[in-house]
Amino acid sequence: MALLTVQDLRTYFHTRNGVYRAVDGVSFSLDRGETLGIVGESGSGKSVTCYSMMGLIPQPPGRIESGTALFDGVDLLRCSPEQARGIRGKRISMIFQDPMTSLNPYLRVSEQLIEPLMIHEKITKDEAIKRGLAMLEAVGINDAARRIHYYPHEFSGGMRQRVMIAMALITKPELLIADEPTTALDVTVQAQILELIKRLQKELGMAVIFITHDLGVVSGLCDRVLVMYAGRVVESADTRTLFYHPRHPYTRALQRSIPGLQPKGSDLFTIPGLPPDVSKPIAGCAFSPRCEHAQDPCRQRDPALAELAPGHRQACLRVQAGELT
Amino acid sequence: MDDAILQLNDVRTHFPIQQGFLFRRQVGTVKAVDGVNLALKRGEVLGLVGESGCGKSTLARTIMQLVPTTGGTVVLEGRNLTACSVDEMTVVRRDLQMVFQDPYASLNPRMTVFAALAEPLLVHGVCKGDEVVARVTELMKTVGLAPRFMQKYPHEFSGGQRQRIAIARALALRPKIIIADEPVSALDVSIQAQILNLLSQLVRKMGLSLVFIAHDLSVVRHISDRVAVMYLGKIVELGPAADVIDHPQHPYTRALVSAIPTANPDAERSRQRIVLAGDPPSPINPPAGCAFHPRCPHAQEKCKVAFPPLVPSGSREVACIRLGEI
Repeated sequence: MALLTVQDLRTYFHTRNGVYRAVDGVSFSLDRGETLGIVGESGSGKSVTCYSMMGLIPQPPGRIESGTALFDGVDLLRCSPEQARGIRGKRISMIFQDPMTSLNPYLRVSEQLIEPLMIHEKITKDEAIKRGLAMLEAVGINDAARRIHYYPHEFSGGMRQRVMIAMALITKPELLIADEPTTALDVTVQAQILELIKRLQKELGMAVIFITHDLGVVSGLCDRVLVMYAGRVVESADTRTLFYHPRHPYTRALQRSIPGLQPKGSDLFTIPGLPPDVSKPIAGCAFSPRCEHAQDPCRQRDPALAELAPGHRQACLRVQAGELT
Repeated sequence: MDDAILQLNDVRTHFPIQQGFLFRRQVGTVKAVDGVNLALKRGEVLGLVGESGCGKSTLARTIMQLVPTTGGTVVLEGRNLTACSVDEMTVVRRDLQMVFQDPYASLNPRMTVFAALAEPLLVHGVCKGDEVVARVTELMKTVGLAPRFMQKYPHEFSGGQRQRIAIARALALRPKIIIADEPVSALDVSIQAQILNLLSQLVRKMGLSLVFIAHDLSVVRHISDRVAVMYLGKIVELGPAADVIDHPQHPYTRALVSAIPTANPDAERSRQRIVLAGDPPSPINPPAGCAFHPRCPHAQEKCKVAFPPLVPSGSREVACIRLGEI
């Protein structure tokens, strides 16, 4: 049985300027121990999808309009606050993009690190500190016994992200949601953090949802990938299929616009125009105004995800009709 | 070099660290740029890469003379900028313009596009009256913005469009050199490609020289003719972009290249990644000898003695004394 099943999730933001359809009908599932990448440009709804499951959407202006998110049989969108507290921070943990702002600057790392343990487990402070130390060592912080008593500003960016990871994993969660955890870091530090997440995932056997805009990060880390555009999933497949045989025009365009091995002097492939404004109703396929293959039906009919091959689903009408190869 | 438009000779930019409230005293120095020799040719794109804190942005600001230089000379077409007065610099800056990383912060939110683009023209007195409108129209077309947006404010534009405005403003005075400090890092992949294409078209069409600072090596490889890799204020490898990035020689460049994730799952899973231990050391107290030796997998005792100079190695220059051995 899948660990997490999200069905038809819709999260809208009701603002004075209109209704922003940040997430508009997202469905996916995740098995135990699996790594799922969610890729998309800014504003595509990848973070809001995960924030909705974690109950981190400010309401109002946000509202979860429909959908279910079953985590091991419990609907995260409708469970009681007590149930949610038992799951969040214990069975599902999250790490955020900016390690500078997600640690409390007034508290020593030791206090923050053991907070999830003190809340979720019957444990004395001494024992919690002991487990905190072990966790800091596991994430590669040298001299942990001394540094556990430091304040966050005494750590570098990469070290703070390690502290965040230690804090997220200290309760041995079954699911880790990582929201662009390496975007703010240098490439050499990013490589360290990715290796660390990979290793700890194997050791703890947890599932990971990895949100990123960087296709390169996904390719080495994830088993399966969802590509999001304007609040919807446009393609989902296992990583190899998605990279070597992408079918949706947006996925293809995204891959072609990465500066890779094109000869110098040749122009990069670009997607014309801008991502759509999700505060206005979108007729038909959201990508159609920028798509080189768009035809009249694309601008009228709402495309739905359809299975092309087992495990490979995509939402382009023309691919589904067999008109595009 | 005859065709060099800009020449940096042993440029050093140090910042004092001061402590104390009533009696401020200097307790140390940050050697942000420490002995850089570099020549930029006409019409060349020079990529400048390195981790955060390696001094690449300070080097850009030193070239622009936005920070005082501690030592060395910055020579633009025979004129030493470090000896220029403020008035002389105003004239020089026509030839030397900059594009910054964050297009949300580099445009004044209270100025329309027209006002932002007209300002340099009026300050330098290069256009009068109707000519200003004509020049602004021309500039907007050059960077791919419709001139009808002239009276709009920055908040009405997306990130990519704002970066186009920033580029148009840098082009306003027909500079010879543009220094772009991480111009695409804040943009999405699809928009990033548009801005990269625009920059390389401008270089080709206008014969500009471009110093392109970035931390993304695949972007740098695509746009640059030559690449300089910086580590703790010094250049450790310098050479043709494709050579340096496809066949790096300095151990630091090797690690940097191997750290970039590629959009190729099979290659990604099979390749041996050199994961550097630790963070970049602080420029306040750089390690003795080669600054990279504490993180270098090939370091030996002799690496701790003196900083290795850049020595020619084929088409490039590399600063590593163990180059022949590794």
